[in-house]
Amino acid sequence: MTGVGATSGAGQEQGRQTPALEVEGLAFAYPDGHQALFGVDLRIERGERVALLGPNGAGKTTLVLHLNGVLLPGAGRVHVGGLPVARAHLKEIRRRVGIVFQDPDDQLFMPTVTEDVAFGPANLGLRGAELEARVKAALTAVGMDGYADRPPHHLSFGQRRRVAVATVLAMEPEILVLDEPSSNLDPASRRELADILTGLDITMLMVSHDLPYALELCPRAVVMNGGAVVADGPTAQVLADTELMAANRLELPYGFDPSFTRTK
Amino acid sequence: MGAGHAHALYVEGTSPLHRLRPQCKVAATVLFVLAVVSTPREAFWAYGLYALILAGLVAVAGLRPRFVLRRLVIEVPFVLFAVFLPVVGQGPRVEVLGLPLAVDGLWAAWNILVKGTLGVAATVVMAATTPVPQILHGLERLRLPKAFTMIAGFMIRYADVITGEAGRMRIARVSRGYDPRWIWQARALASSAGTLFIRSYERGERVHLAMVSRGFTGTMPVLDELGATRSQWLAALAVPALAATVSATAWLVR
Repeated sequence: MTGVGATSGAGQEQGRQTPALEVEGLAFAYPDGHQALFGVDLRIERGERVALLGPNGAGKTTLVLHLNGVLLPGAGRVHVGGLPVARAHLKEIRRRVGIVFQDPDDQLFMPTVTEDVAFGPANLGLRGAELEARVKAALTAVGMDGYADRPPHHLSFGQRRRVAVATVLAMEPEILVLDEPSSNLDPASRRELADILTGLDITMLMVSHDLPYALELCPRAVVMNGGAVVADGPTAQVLADTELMAANRLELPYGFDPSFTRTK
Repeated sequence: MGAGHAHALYVEGTSPLHRLRPQCKVAATVLFVLAVVSTPREAFWAYGLYALILAGLVAVAGLRPRFVLRRLVIEVPFVLFAVFLPVVGQGPRVEVLGLPLAVDGLWAAWNILVKGTLGVAATVVMAATTPVPQILHGLERLRLPKAFTMIAGFMIRYADVITGEAGRMRIARVSRGYDPRWIWQARALASSAGTLFIRSYERGERVHLAMVSRGFTGTMPVLDELGATRSQWLAALAVPALAATVSATAWLVR
């Protein structure tokens, strides 16, 4: 670790609890031989909101796909709420880790919003009134309960992104993983989504190139590059470290000063 | 993008036909069409009765007759060749407006036209009173293999997405000054089609990934237990039963 050091922010006080997510020495190479991860260590405490930053090709997506067992580690271990990610309990792992993918058109594949939100909890075995309640609660949480019977392709992009979040919330995950949640959103939709996400009482890992968004939503930031974690600390400090930023191809928008908004 | 396409066939409403369970409507439509196509072509009166039954259903569903007639236009390309049958047909001929037309051909054309039109009209009524996802549920309830209904569902869901992608590719092509119109320019179109296929394939992989991430293990969960009551089945099947009676009578009095 370099730069702003290895302190992991808000999680330190409750350090003795089982962490929401624990990744130790994770290494992975794709079948074609391309090695994407070289020993990733990451610990996220319950209730933390963490931004995962880094240039394209840093291994962020590969790491995310390890969190719910879509990819299984070549070496190292991943624990979610104390449970190791392994074939034996993939179902429970996938309930605990909710991934919202970047393109809502990939995430929303059912004919109606309701059916799509119900897909996850139904796979967990929920039926009837319990399932309905889950769907309603998830759609209400993202402010989309008025659109239950609409086909997803009749919604605006921002609305689809919000429904995509609901599809995962309906599984009542322990950790919410968002891949580029602000991408392609217009400024108002981006703001609405931020309000929804900050209102959720859930552990969150947010992969993003949108650094102001990371600063706004996540007190802690982890920087990856070349398949390893290279920095981990309070987001404002990470973004203020110009050397670290330059070394990892991270750039703030023109005129943006992270120290200016630190109080968030 | 592409809003409104899925509602092109469906007409919002609360008629008894709208409230009927989709599986009843699908089954009734198929059986009605079967009764119609098995009617002897000489029994003109039978086709009149079928048309009356459909007109009654249109009235019950509260559909505008003009809407139904407009939707019927979809059959035109399919029955177009029927028009040529009397001209190219063999056998005895009859003079119509100075044109010698084959009698057999005339019968064949009438047969295709009337049965096609009645069949399309029946499905238009069903589609106008049943939203597309409901039709898929109905087919599922009728024990159509899940693979079929899943594929159909994905096709409907992603038609707009893929059309949108194709549209963007066309605009990109045109923007670089290439707008192929002739057959010898097909190369650009073919490579666009190939690219579109690969993109759709990759999207399929990403969709599958998203499904797996939400606990998909190969079978779609059955969500709604939209069972139909006995009386709903009876009401729905009364229509094809009536049509079957007409068809059987037409055979008997022939």
